[in-house]
Parts: sequence; structure tokens; C-alpha cells
Amino acid sequence: MDALLLARMQFAANITFHILFPTITIALGWLLLFFRWRYLRTAEPLGKQAWLNAYRFWTKVFALSFALGVVSGVTMSFQFGTNWPGFMERAGNVAGPLLGYEVLTAFFLEAGFLGIMLFGHGKVSERVHLLATFFVAFGTTLSAFWILALNSWMQTPAGHEIVNGEFHVRSWAEVIFNPSFPYRFVHMLLASALTCAFLLAGLSAWQLLKGAAPNSAPRVLRVGLTVAAALIPLQIFVGDLHGLNTLEHQPQKIAAMEGVWETERGAPLLLFAIPDDAQRTNHFEIGIPKLASFILKHDVDAEIRGLNEFRDAHPPVLPVFWAFRVMVGMGVLMLVSAWAGWFVARRAGWRAEALPRRLLWLLAGMTFSGWVATVAGWYVTEIGRQPFLVFGALRTAEVASQVAAPLIALTLALYVTVYLALMLAYVGVLKYMAEKPEEVLAIDAQEQATTPAGAITAPVVSRSFR
Amino acid sequence: MTWMSFDELLPVIFMALMGLSMLVYVVSDGYDLGVGMLMHRATAEQKDVMVASIGPFWDANETWLVLGIGILLVAFPKAHGLVLTELYLPVTLMLVGLILRGVAFDFRVKAQAVRKPMWDRAFFAGSLIASVAQGWMLGRYVSGFGTGWNYPVFAGAIALALPMAYVLLGACWLIMKTEGELQQRAVEWARLAWTPMVAGLLLISMATPWISATVRQRWFTLPEMIALSAIPLMTGVALLAVRALLGTRAVRGAICWLPFVLLIVVFVLGFLGLAYSLYPYVVIDRLTIWQAASSPAALKVILAGVCISVPAIAAYTVFSYRVFGGKTGELRYA
Repeated sequence: MDALLLARMQFAANITFHILFPTITIALGWLLLFFRWRYLRTAEPLGKQAWLNAYRFWTKVFALSFALGVVSGVTMSFQFGTNWPGFMERAGNVAGPLLGYEVLTAFFLEAGFLGIMLFGHGKVSERVHLLATFFVAFGTTLSAFWILALNSWMQTPAGHEIVNGEFHVRSWAEVIFNPSFPYRFVHMLLASALTCAFLLAGLSAWQLLKGAAPNSAPRVLRVGLTVAAALIPLQIFVGDLHGLNTLEHQPQKIAAMEGVWETERGAPLLLFAIPDDAQRTNHFEIGIPKLASFILKHDVDAEIRGLNEFRDAHPPVLPVFWAFRVMVGMGVLMLVSAWAGWFVARRAGWRAEALPRRLLWLLAGMTFSGWVATVAGWYVTEIGRQPFLVFGALRTAEVASQVAAPLIALTLALYVTVYLALMLAYVGVLKYMAEKPEEVLAIDAQEQATTPAGAITAPVVSRSFR
Repeated sequence: MTWMSFDELLPVIFMALMGLSMLVYVVSDGYDLGVGMLMHRATAEQKDVMVASIGPFWDANETWLVLGIGILLVAFPKAHGLVLTELYLPVTLMLVGLILRGVAFDFRVKAQAVRKPMWDRAFFAGSLIASVAQGWMLGRYVSGFGTGWNYPVFAGAIALALPMAYVLLGACWLIMKTEGELQQRAVEWARLAWTPMVAGLLLISMATPWISATVRQRWFTLPEMIALSAIPLMTGVALLAVRALLGTRAVRGAICWLPFVLLIVVFVLGFLGLAYSLYPYVVIDRLTIWQAASSPAALKVILAGVCISVPAIAAYTVFSYRVFGGKTGELRYA
């Protein structure tokens, strides 16, 4: 393999690992705020305690996810330079300030409000604590805003001019609110909400199967299922709008997603195919005639531009084609399980003992479905941008580093090993925490008792002060 | 000398900010990493106290690195690419070390009790790897990524000396933050670390002008040399004072904070010396800050954000250290 492909794989490995955790924390912050609010609003003691337990338990999940997001995020800030030194040289004037604001947002959030949220309950007033939780949720969302503004600019660049090969900003409003940004931002926020919804429902279902947290788990399960059932149709709708936006600005990405090699009228929707990038054709096609044209242009005989019009300027087809099908397939599975689950659980009156075990197993199995869909979606859009780094303006190969291939391969292996181990540890610890929530809450109660406001994300904190 | 225009001044402002971030990072994460490297010498209970003493701070400490490298990335994009390409492997190793150390904080109390020793080992290993990698990177950076047999030797020496400095700093942190048996042991650890650290510092100070003609010229030019001699003299006095304090009983009493503060002074002086040697280069002899900087327009956009957030970060940091002042207690789990 050549150095460029290895560098891309390494960056992909890192960014794949990283996005898992912000995907959880962006929406989990808002859900924590909801738990927090329900706790304040519930008068009945058992229910009040349940919401508090739910809040504390999921705060631990938030803290763990946040820590993993931070360490992998630090890695990202270095890999821009190690893997794509030319990117900042050429596009630094655009990317620099956007990344800079993201770092400052994250820094401010981390230093300021996370500590109060994690350790300050009981140390500050209920209102201040509620406000701190709000700012944490707001801060993670703001971080996502800057990163997606930059990413969307790389997909559909606007508001810049190129002088001597370097990008210069003409209008910040156009750079930030570039054509694909609104769609991508909403699509990602909904993806985060759905990932969290299935995580809540799945982990709660696992708790009910194991007889843990009998008081709070049904409530959390209900929140998760309701959010999932409400948002998944919306996500499918937004995804469609995003697709139409892509068709307008990046037609070759759509051609790769649909496996359209030659421009054609009435293009079929391929359910299965093995695209062959060398022979520029598909093998084993199974498709529904004219459906792709209908979905993309709302006309069964509309023309879809094929990859033949973008020679040497279109992405590799096989990964984009399949990543898209994985994302859509997972979305359909999420739609079915969320709606079926919601109606079955509603008929059971949301009571733990009345919920069918088969439903609980289904939801437990879907715990990390949001991760699969999110990562597959990012593969579609990022691999689909190739061979460009800044779409239509800067090729990835132009900005790659001169590091030798064996060295990249070595560090790639190192990163992948560490990331796999951490993934296993993360999932293992979540499972352990779900099964033993009382231990988590006991440690938490101890921390609450011994920690003054202002601590930063630390699991253990000093007891006595002089 | 005429005054620079604001546009010319901008890269200098960002260089100063970046330098400050890196200095705060090296000092603050330095003691974290030092404590991490002392972990294997402690008992299980002492390990908990040691982690508790740095627990409230490490995350914010590490974000100074993100800020520093972030400024390098956004304000000096050309240098960012050059430096990180040259330091490809050590950067990777440092990141893996920092990842291990960072997640061990959370995992060691959330995972099953039987896994705790494993995460403690990860904590130690992560701290060690990150420190050695940082030392190597510092050595390569100061010498301008030169090629030849002497350059790797120079970087190797710093790769050994910097962890020693961190260990000394970490031990002095523990002297300040703990009591009883752990404090006694921390004094012993500090004494052990002092000699190799000072020897390393001396060797490196002698080797630096030998390895770089630019630095040689900077250091040995009259009359600047006379004014400059204050830096090594003050460093020497501070280090000797630390050694003397470590031999007294008083270091375990009211002035337990003094060795730590003196060591910070040593780090600050070393940083000033380095800054004097390098300015106005971002990468010595290859790239000045003006050559490496983003356009003034982009820098102004970032500066607005920096002016809002950096004072807030600084204020919060001071607040946090006040809240967590004093000795770290033992931990009890319900």
C-alpha cells in the first residue's frame, strides 16, 4: 500500500474512534438536563429518587465518554500536522480560526462547567447546578457547530478566494454557512440524539434483563424509546434533504453512493451490487428499476449523472456504495425497532415486569446501533469527498506528508491496537456499570460528599482541606 | 529599531501565547507525569492518594497542550506541518502515552476492582512513555532537527533528563500536597531524582551551544552575555536551595511548598533561556515566526476569541488551585 492510503487509513482510524464519543456527549448533555429537570419537577419521592439516580448514573457515562473524547481529540489536533501538513499551509486561513474557536469552546466548557456538573451537586444551588448542566450541553453543541462548519466547508467550499495557491477568506458568513452546512449540522445533531436514545434504551433494557436499577431503568427506557421513535422519521427526512443537497453540489458522490457508472435516464435503485473500481462496472446487480431517479429527482425518467463524467475526480465506489447501504439499512432497523418497541412498551404500560423479554433483548442488541449508522454515514461523506480534501479545489495527495510508508504502517498498527483495547474497555465498563449501578451511585455519593465545587473531571478527589 | 506595525506584531503575540501555553503545560502536566512515574514505588493506598492529589488538575493541565499545539496549528500552520512531520514517531508515542494515562484516571475507579492494578500499570507506563517522548521532541526541536551522529545523542540525553525533571517536580508536588509516610517517601524520591536531573541539565546546557551555531552566537556575545549570565546563576542557586531544603526537617513542615515553587522558577528560567536562544525562529535556522504565520486577517479573528477565553481560563485555573489547596486526604469509599 502507498503512503497516502496508509495516512488516510490512520486518520480515518483516529477520527472514527474519536467521533464515537462526541456523538454520545453532544446529545447526552441535553438528556442529562432533561433528567435533571424531571428530578426537580417530580414531587413523588420514589420517582424523584429514580430521576436523580438516572441523572447520576448517566453523568458517569458522560464523564467516561468525555474523557475518551478528550484524549482522542488531542490526538486529532496533532494528526492534522503529521498526516496532512499541506492542509494547514494552504487552507490554514480558513481552517485555523474555525478549529481555534472549537478548541477555545471546548477548553472553556471543560475548565468551567463540567467540574460543577460532575462534582458540584449539593455544593452549589440547584439553579446554578441546572445552569451548569445547560452550559455543558450547550458547549458540546457549540463545539459540534465549529467542527461541522469546517467539515462542510471542505465539502462545499464557499466565501474564499485562492491567491498563490493559498486560501483567503472573503466572507466568514459564507464560509461558515456554506451550502451543505445546515443539512450536515442538523443531520449530525439528530444522529447524536438517536445514538444516545438507543444507548439509553439498550443499557436500560440490559439492566431490566439483569434485574438492576428497577426504579430508574424503566423511566430511562421510556425516554430512550420515545426520543428514538420521534426522531428517526425526522432523521430520514433530513437525510433525504441532505442527499438532494449533495446531488446539487457533489454529484459524483451521489453517483458513487448509487453505483451509477454511466450517465443514465431512469436509474435503478441498487439493493445489492459489488462495484468494481478497476473495470468501472458493477457485478451481481439487484435493483429496483427507475427508483433512484425517482428518489433523487422525483421523476422516474430523470437523468442521473454517472461517474463517467468525473474521470479522475470521483471517489472509490465500493466503500462509498456499501457504507451508504449500511447507514440506510441501520436506519431502517432503528425505525422498525423504535416504533415496534414504543407501541409494545406502551401497551405494557411501561411497567418493568410487563415488558416482554424479547423486546428487551432486541433493544439491548441495538445499544450501539447509533454508532454503526453514524460511522457509516461519515464514511459515505468523507470517502465520498475523495480525491479532494477541499472539494474541487485541493487534492488530498497534494497535502500529504513525506513520511515513509512503513513508519505510517507502524503507527497505524499502534493506534488501532490502543483504540481496540480502549473500545473493549469502554463497552466492558459500561456493561459493568449497568449491572452494578448501586456501586456507581455509592462511589458517586462519596465523591459528592468529599468534593467542593470547581473540581475538574477527576474520579477521586481530596477529602480534607486546611 | 523602529516599532513594528500591528500586523507585524501579531505573530509575536501568538508566539508569546504559544510559549506561555507550552510553559504552563510543561510545569503543570510535568508534575502530573512525575507523580505518574512514581506510582510503581508506592503502596496501593498511597497510589490512591497520589492520584487524588493530581485528580482535580490533570485534565485542565493537559488542555494547555491542546491550546499550545492549537495555536501552532492555527497561527503558524507552516511550522505545524514541518515540526510534526519531523517528530512523527515521538508524537505518536507521546499521544499513546497520554491516552493511556488519561483513560486510566477514569477506568481505575470505574472498572472492576481486580482490573485496578492493570490500570495503575497503564497509568505508570503512559506517564513514562509521554515524558520520554516529550524529552526527545524537545531535543530534536531545539537542535533544529539536524542530521548527524551528535544530534540523536543530544536528543537522547534530553529524553532521559526531562523525565528526571518531571519526577523531581512530581516528588516536590507530593511533598507539598501529602503528609505522613508518603511525604517522607516523597522526600527520598526527590533526593534520588535531584542528582541525575542536575547532571542532565548541566550536560545539556554545555551541549546546546556546541550543537547549534546560532545558539552559540546568541549566548557568547558581549555585552549580552553578562546580562544573560543571570539566568544560569539564578537556576544554579534555585537548584542548590532545593537540594539543601530536601536535607532539612523543615521541608516536611511549614515550608513544604518551597521546593516545588523553586523548581517552577527553574523551569521558567530554562524557558526564558530557550526563548532567547530561538527568537525569532519557530524552527531554528529554518523558519521565522513571520514566515510561518497565517495571514494577519486570520490572526485577528483568532485573537478576538483568545482575548475572551484566555483570561477566563486563567481565572478559573487560579480559582481551582485555591479550592484544592492544602493537603490531600486519604480516600474512603462507601
